[in-house]
Amino acid sequence: MSSDHFIEFRNVSFAYGERPILNNISLAIPRGKLVAIMGGSGSGKTTMLRLISGQIRPSAGQVLVDGRNVADMNHAELFEHRRRMGMLFQFGALFTDLSVEDNVAFPIREHTRLPDSMIHDLVIMKLAAVGLRGTQNLMPAELSGGMARRVALARAIALDPQLMLYDEPFTGLDPISLGVIAHLIKKLNDALGTTSIMVTHDVHKSLDIVDYVYFVSNGAVVAAGTPAEIRASPSPWVHQFMWGEADGPVHFAYPASTSLQQDLGLKGGQHD
Amino acid sequence: MTELLLSPLRRLGHTTINAIWRLGFITRFLLAILRYSGQSLLRFNLTIREIYFAGVMSVIIVVVSGLFVGMVLGLQGYNTLSRFGSADALGALVALSLLRELGPVLAALLFSSRAGSAMTAEIGLMKATEQLDAMSVMAVNPIARVVAPRFWAGVISMPILAAMFNVMGIFGGYLIGVVMIGLDSGTFWSQMQNNVDLHYDVVNGLIKSLCFGIAVTLIAVFEGYDATPTAAGVSAATTRTVVTSALVILAVDFVLTAFMF
Repeated sequence: MSSDHFIEFRNVSFAYGERPILNNISLAIPRGKLVAIMGGSGSGKTTMLRLISGQIRPSAGQVLVDGRNVADMNHAELFEHRRRMGMLFQFGALFTDLSVEDNVAFPIREHTRLPDSMIHDLVIMKLAAVGLRGTQNLMPAELSGGMARRVALARAIALDPQLMLYDEPFTGLDPISLGVIAHLIKKLNDALGTTSIMVTHDVHKSLDIVDYVYFVSNGAVVAAGTPAEIRASPSPWVHQFMWGEADGPVHFAYPASTSLQQDLGLKGGQHD
Repeated sequence: MTELLLSPLRRLGHTTINAIWRLGFITRFLLAILRYSGQSLLRFNLTIREIYFAGVMSVIIVVVSGLFVGMVLGLQGYNTLSRFGSADALGALVALSLLRELGPVLAALLFSSRAGSAMTAEIGLMKATEQLDAMSVMAVNPIARVVAPRFWAGVISMPILAAMFNVMGIFGGYLIGVVMIGLDSGTFWSQMQNNVDLHYDVVNGLIKSLCFGIAVTLIAVFEGYDATPTAAGVSAATTRTVVTSALVILAVDFVLTAFMF
């Protein structure tokens, strides 16, 4: 893996208590590219973002960001690392007691000593970038889900980060908002030259905008490639995921310890 | 049989260990608040904003309750004192009861129900909606930015609210004793003046309310920060704040009274 890789996972394992989430996973994210990590719920995708942002530490292996191991950073270094990073949360995570303007201005006010007039101008520019100029005096409760997500995006890019992390950016959005957000993510990646990682299970929309895709299942990479390679992939994992099939290598049903007949009190029931 | 005997013992052990663990955690949490308090004191407008929500918004309930408690003290006090021919001492009775006990304790109980529960719910919901995570990922320490200003707002507000409670209570006692029953106004105030010592009664009462302010606000912010990030978790944490605060206020009051008076 060359230094062109902005982020590298080297044999990373992680478990919440006894429950393993990531199992000896290795992958690389090239500098300046928009990469999607896809997989079903509970496959460990969000955990990977939390490892990159240093919110949690791996139980084994290394997570390197720009050549530095996140787990080795001390408190000050970790905050310095996060200052160069933006993250869009699944439901926006806007501060509900602050207006749209104060939300977008939050990271600028916390990390710079710019005068208020300049912060105001920066906020207007960021809001214009997500198509929401004019909403600066609204409160988060007055925004629709799609608008809140775009305000959160404006806040995440407020300090022009080198690295953007998107946690399920398309969840719960109508098709128009979804299209707008996807377009914005692509546009911001191209315009700012940011390295972007998008965790998602929206296959078709993601394949339209990303440069590279990793498929993760049960804490391991099961397929990877460019969108064209993924579309042509013979992998049963990819096929099941792309077409949303219940049958395939990923089990839909929970592995119950008793059979359906036993649970219903019927005779002769065998474990299925 | 053995299981029947061991099960309660095991539960008792588990509960005890859990309680000690939480005590350790809350102590470390207090140390973290103190360590990261610089911002809430340097950028004092953050704390002032919280003083408004926790303190100023509690003024009405504290003032009205204080007035009623003072009036009840006036009625009950006159009733009892007049049996012993000491109705003149009503002013002293009202003032001492309020300054030493009722003011700090009741104001703290009201503060924990009105502002403490709101702090827990707010911080708990911020956690449930990933706002605290978002802050942390933006390289802003949530303890410095969210918890510490609320903590200091509570600590600053509590003695002021207790003082307001006392003033309104004394005024309530005056209304009943002097205006309604017709005791001599001069006697009412001079008895109070002769029997109330600034350091012994007033300052000790304020020290009490400062201790309650620290305890109540620490419990409120801790329960919010420690809440399970779900609707049920936040609701349970809010209840715990009110119940634990009430018990801690009364227990700390007993200890302080034993040392002070």
